[in-house]
Amino acid sequence: MSFDRRNFFKTICVAGATLAVGNSFGAVKQDENAIEFQGVLYDSTRCLGCRACERVCATAHGLPEAKDELKAGVIRNTSESQRSVINNHITSKGEVYVKKQCMHCNEPACAAACLTQAMHKTKEGPVVWRGDKCMGCRYCMISCPFDVPKFEYHSANPKIEKCDMCYDRIKTGKIPACAEACPGDALTFGTRRELIQEARKRIFESPKDYVNQIYGEEVAGGTGWLYLSSAPFNEVGFNTKLQNSSYPELSKGFLYTVPSVFVLLPPLLLGIHEATKNRNHSNEDENE
Amino acid sequence: MKTKMNKQIQTIAKDNDGGSIFKFILSELKPKGKLLTPFNLIAFPVIILGIVLIVIRFVSGLGSVTNLTQDTPWGLWIGFDVVTGVAFAGGAYVLTFIVYILKVEKYHSIVRVTVLNGFLAYLFYAGALLLDLGRPWNVINPIIGNNFGTSSVLFLVAWHFLLYMIAELIEFSPAIAEWLGARRARKILSGLTIGAVIFGITLSTLHQSGLGALYLMAKDKIHPLWYSEFIPIMFLVSSVFAGLSMVIFEGSISHKVFFNQISEKNHKAQNGILQGLAKICAGAMFAYFFLQLLVLIHGKNWDLLNTKMGYWFLLEMLGFVLLPMFLFLYSYRHRNIFMIRLAAIMTMIGVILNRLNLTVIGFKWDAASHYYPSWMEIVVTLTVIFTEILIFKWIINRMPVLRESPSWVEDEKI
Repeated sequence: MSFDRRNFFKTICVAGATLAVGNSFGAVKQDENAIEFQGVLYDSTRCLGCRACERVCATAHGLPEAKDELKAGVIRNTSESQRSVINNHITSKGEVYVKKQCMHCNEPACAAACLTQAMHKTKEGPVVWRGDKCMGCRYCMISCPFDVPKFEYHSANPKIEKCDMCYDRIKTGKIPACAEACPGDALTFGTRRELIQEARKRIFESPKDYVNQIYGEEVAGGTGWLYLSSAPFNEVGFNTKLQNSSYPELSKGFLYTVPSVFVLLPPLLLGIHEATKNRNHSNEDENE
Repeated sequence: MKTKMNKQIQTIAKDNDGGSIFKFILSELKPKGKLLTPFNLIAFPVIILGIVLIVIRFVSGLGSVTNLTQDTPWGLWIGFDVVTGVAFAGGAYVLTFIVYILKVEKYHSIVRVTVLNGFLAYLFYAGALLLDLGRPWNVINPIIGNNFGTSSVLFLVAWHFLLYMIAELIEFSPAIAEWLGARRARKILSGLTIGAVIFGITLSTLHQSGLGALYLMAKDKIHPLWYSEFIPIMFLVSSVFAGLSMVIFEGSISHKVFFNQISEKNHKAQNGILQGLAKICAGAMFAYFFLQLLVLIHGKNWDLLNTKMGYWFLLEMLGFVLLPMFLFLYSYRHRNIFMIRLAAIMTMIGVILNRLNLTVIGFKWDAASHYYPSWMEIVVTLTVIFTEILIFKWIINRMPVLRESPSWVEDEKI
């Protein structure tokens, strides 16, 4: 017999332990480095603001080319027709270019929010949107701390637009179009671990050029896109108040209570029902 | 007059026992009573306009009708229709708990109408969710197929809506069977009631709180006075008095509009029922207010109270939670039915405020341009509400919901 008594007790113990530890579950998945997610390192000191990345991104994904001008201090945003934008921020260290697109979180809020698995964290690292599954509820947009997914409000067959790190290219061994096109070498594609090492090396070698922080190393549980900047990150359009733990963690506690409620509440209700039923019967008896 | 009506109903039931059920349903489909009532005169033009808008919405996209933006992807249709509507439908699970689990017979006469209301609310307000979906043809994905996003709170909520609608339909089904004169079916269906009630209460506990849990991941987008990790519990507790206030409100109107259908006995019991509900509301509101106070103290957001949003928060908490709570207590002590109704309406305003503050008003409260619903979103919302009321009236006029069950039901019980 494949399921003998010993196995049975083992299963019971594991199940019991699972119920008992409950919330501390999330802590098990600490060893991020074990998963070799791929990502991109953006270095603002190398960016020329030429917007070549914007152009190749539009071509690669069949989107219209952005017509608006890049002006210092004017913040442009990604949209349903533009997956990636370059902005010129006026900071305490002068003008600084920063690229904006999906951050490809290690534990993406959008994918945890998606009830059809349309938003999906691939094992390679990119977070992709799959139209055949999506029902257009836009819960991913509510959940994303970076406000990345964009929705086509003026279409009868609307899509969610966001950077997919050129997943189709990555699968065939190529690197993302923007990283390939960048003339200033501001975009480096690689595994997340390598990129963090490279970023640390750059900060160590020229500490004067960078703020001593890699944006994306810790924020929101770590992201696939990593940023080096010459100016403090809150001056170049990043929300530095975001939490460092992952966003799906926020609703995990609630989701863990669901099975317990489902198991415990019905018997309790049934018990009360039986108890009150007996009382009524005895009342009736007395009346008779 | 009452007896005459009862006789009429009995004859329908008897006729139907022998005759064709389709003929009977066809005859029942025709409207009963006057068509040109003031309510109908307002409702029909709105519904027609609403249907036109819904067609436009499906032909040219959500943006053609709504003011939704990339920053606020959920507006009135989710924040009011779904989140607030479902809170108001909470009366069904609270009352079924009181009547079927705790066996408080006092409230038995209003269970059916409350369950019907709950069922229709879910059908229409959760159904309004379909209007808001960009790709509604994929709505089947989380239900069949292999696309289960089990880590999603919305997945849980969607399933619970579906299952709860079935549970409520089973709870209500004996009334349908009585209407159709289906004796055997009634016997089987009423045997399922207690199971459906237990299942329904469990589902309600989870999805009333789940609706709040939807917003847990939007931590940085919701004003800190409304966001806390306790949103799910707040939603659950507030659904108790939201639902019961709706029962008081709806019951008061039904007693006027459908005066003829309600038996003498139930008319007399009405005041006692309202007082009992007022007491429960006050208790639940006290728990809710206390929770809010604890969260406020622990959140250390005292300084935010002295801002515009802070005053708004205080208005909600003091004016539309604490004040109606005292009104409920006062009216219970002094047996003042008018005060109970007033308190119920204020409580409902408070719940609407709370849900909208979290989902719409306090969502991205600091953004440069804020979302306001377009007039078209409001018309579609009204369309949903009016259609629900019309269906409600249709059912009340036909099935034994407010009036007594046909006499054969009593015979069968023995």
